[in-house]
Amino acid sequence: MPSLPLLLSQAFNGLALGTLLALVSSGLTIILGTLGVLNFAHGALFMVGAYAVYVTLQYTGSFLVALLVGGVFMLVVGVAIERVLVRLFYRRPPEDQILVTFGVGIVLVEAIRAIFGGNSQRVPVPSWGEGVTQLGFLIYPTFRLELIGIIALILGLLWVVLYRTSIGLVVRAGIEDAGMVGILGINVRRTFLLVFALGVVAAGLAGMLYAPIVSVNPDMGGSFLVESFVVIVIGGLGSFPGAVVGGLIAGEIISITSAFNSAYSEVMLYALMALLLVVRPQGLFGTEGRV
Amino acid sequence: MDRLTHTGTFGRRDLLLAGAGLAGGLMLPGLRAASAQGMPAKIGTFPDGASGSSVFIGITTPLTGPYSADGTDAKLGYELAIADINAGSPMAKKWGLSGKGVMGKEVKYGIADSETKPNVAVQAQTQFIQRNKAIMITGSVSSATAIALEELAQREKVLNMVGLSGSNDTTGKNCQRYGFRSQPSAYMACKALGPVVGKALGANKKVAYLTPDYSYGHSVFDSFTAAVKPFGWTVATQQVVPLGTTDFSSALLNIANSGADLFVNIAFGADAVASTKQADQFGVLKKMKLIVPNISSFQAKEVGAPLMQGVYGTFDFWWTMEDQYPLAKDFVESFVKKNNYHPRWGAHIGYMQTLLWAVSVERANSFNPVAVIKALEASKSNPYETSLGKVWYRAEDHQLVRPVPVVVGKAASAMKNPDDFFDVVEVVPGEPLLQPIGETGCKMGSYT
Repeated sequence: MPSLPLLLSQAFNGLALGTLLALVSSGLTIILGTLGVLNFAHGALFMVGAYAVYVTLQYTGSFLVALLVGGVFMLVVGVAIERVLVRLFYRRPPEDQILVTFGVGIVLVEAIRAIFGGNSQRVPVPSWGEGVTQLGFLIYPTFRLELIGIIALILGLLWVVLYRTSIGLVVRAGIEDAGMVGILGINVRRTFLLVFALGVVAAGLAGMLYAPIVSVNPDMGGSFLVESFVVIVIGGLGSFPGAVVGGLIAGEIISITSAFNSAYSEVMLYALMALLLVVRPQGLFGTEGRV
Repeated sequence: MDRLTHTGTFGRRDLLLAGAGLAGGLMLPGLRAASAQGMPAKIGTFPDGASGSSVFIGITTPLTGPYSADGTDAKLGYELAIADINAGSPMAKKWGLSGKGVMGKEVKYGIADSETKPNVAVQAQTQFIQRNKAIMITGSVSSATAIALEELAQREKVLNMVGLSGSNDTTGKNCQRYGFRSQPSAYMACKALGPVVGKALGANKKVAYLTPDYSYGHSVFDSFTAAVKPFGWTVATQQVVPLGTTDFSSALLNIANSGADLFVNIAFGADAVASTKQADQFGVLKKMKLIVPNISSFQAKEVGAPLMQGVYGTFDFWWTMEDQYPLAKDFVESFVKKNNYHPRWGAHIGYMQTLLWAVSVERANSFNPVAVIKALEASKSNPYETSLGKVWYRAEDHQLVRPVPVVVGKAASAMKNPDDFFDVVEVVPGEPLLQPIGETGCKMGSYT
């Protein structure tokens, strides 16, 4: 049995891990929930975000500027992908959507590999995040502590846009009945474009914030794509609060399990997902029949 | 999905040639002589794969996935070796080849991306064997892939010159008659490293381990703990994590709280890079000295010299060994000329295994895998002249008996060029490092 301080430390780590998973998953769930498109390029977009920070840092040296430039870049990428490809697939069957986004993912990964090679790139922790912070019962990397705050801010902003603005209203109405919203004189297509781009920016931002922590290489997105799927299945497909809560639960499960035996932490996560699919197939916050 | 970057195509003309060769071959006295010595006239892809003017070798190496950096390096090593063999270069001659090609036949090859996944590698090599009549297969990074390919080789009776693989099982309980490994086993690497770190870092240390959860990781853990036992080193904690983990925070938190003096990181490839970065961020590297029993090809470049400074570990090969072995110097120089960086040990294994195979074929005077295996097994009495000096395969488990370099990370300020990350502390002779054959658990399969 692990000691109480260690359990507390792992519980705290689960929170930090969970916010990251929540951010990674939110982009996926926003696009799925509003456009009905399961975006298989999500992992690749996460990776592109990390490379955007890597490149911008070479020129500016400032992580905040890199985040800003990277965010704009991801917005452009998102708009481009939606306009050129995804837009044509809204009315197509889900398997077509999966194939086209999967293809986009492969193209992005191979393009990055062609430009930067397969080796991991170094993205240093920003100067304001260096070192460790003493939290009483545990010592924790300062950057990860700051990430909790930064991510909470980003998730809060996303929530406001989706649930407390007229844009969000149109988005949610568009999902219910795009035709009717169009008849009311509202430009649904533009809203869909905005949502897709927003989802891409969220994926990219997660990649940017995670770049100093993980190994930045062309294949880094793959495992995050899988983890995001697990998170949104737990939280409920297409539900934004579900992604946040699902992410936190996933983080806690991974972390607490590893206090006992780290070899089982992933197994436990999948076990919970399987259990949930049996007991509550729509996930914690999902609505039956939607998506 | 295999991404073929280069394939020798087996066209209609080759088919005709093969057919003609087969028909003619049956009448050759040489073949009859071979079968008279107990060699099967037809086995695996022989003689079909060796009847034309060229032979084909199937290469699988991860160009994607967590071990892709090492895999890409290995690919360049294979390509350099094949170019040298086909050109009959002075280097190829120094290794013992007679002229252009192998027994006068041009070497063609195909490279497939194994994605760091055993099943993908097996699928690609199966295609190379069936479509291209590959006479030899090679390439892996990850012992899981290596072991799967050895099984395929044994089943298909096609020689496998194992690529990167450090697990003891590769030449231990999973050893195969058709598989030969040149990389030091975990046992050899740790036995070489143990005394060096024991002396350098002192006795009675508590050690935390981060272990990837497959054959290689467990093998290194077992071998390392055994090698440092004489120095009174104990296990403070072992954190087992799956291959391809991206966030090691929970494992590192346990390590940070373990009260250990030293941190042995067994993770490999991109996982080694991520876990080392994160260990630094968790303050683990400030409290504990890092040891990496088997350092990934590009780990120092990817995490930066400051994090690897003073870190002890081993390699299959480090390029500054060119000062010690003339053939290593030739290899490093021609690799740098072609690829503009210093080769890492992935490339070295690719280069060495291809040339050792070629030399063995010429020694056997046949592409018949049984004859080549017997030549490889008989190399103790006739060692190969290589980039590691004189080496030979132990007949009982097919482990190459070769020296093991123990290295330590340099300070960034002491680096003489961008690839100069390590000092070679000691090159430990191979024979005393071998695991006693009774302990390996190796039971060789049959020749036929």
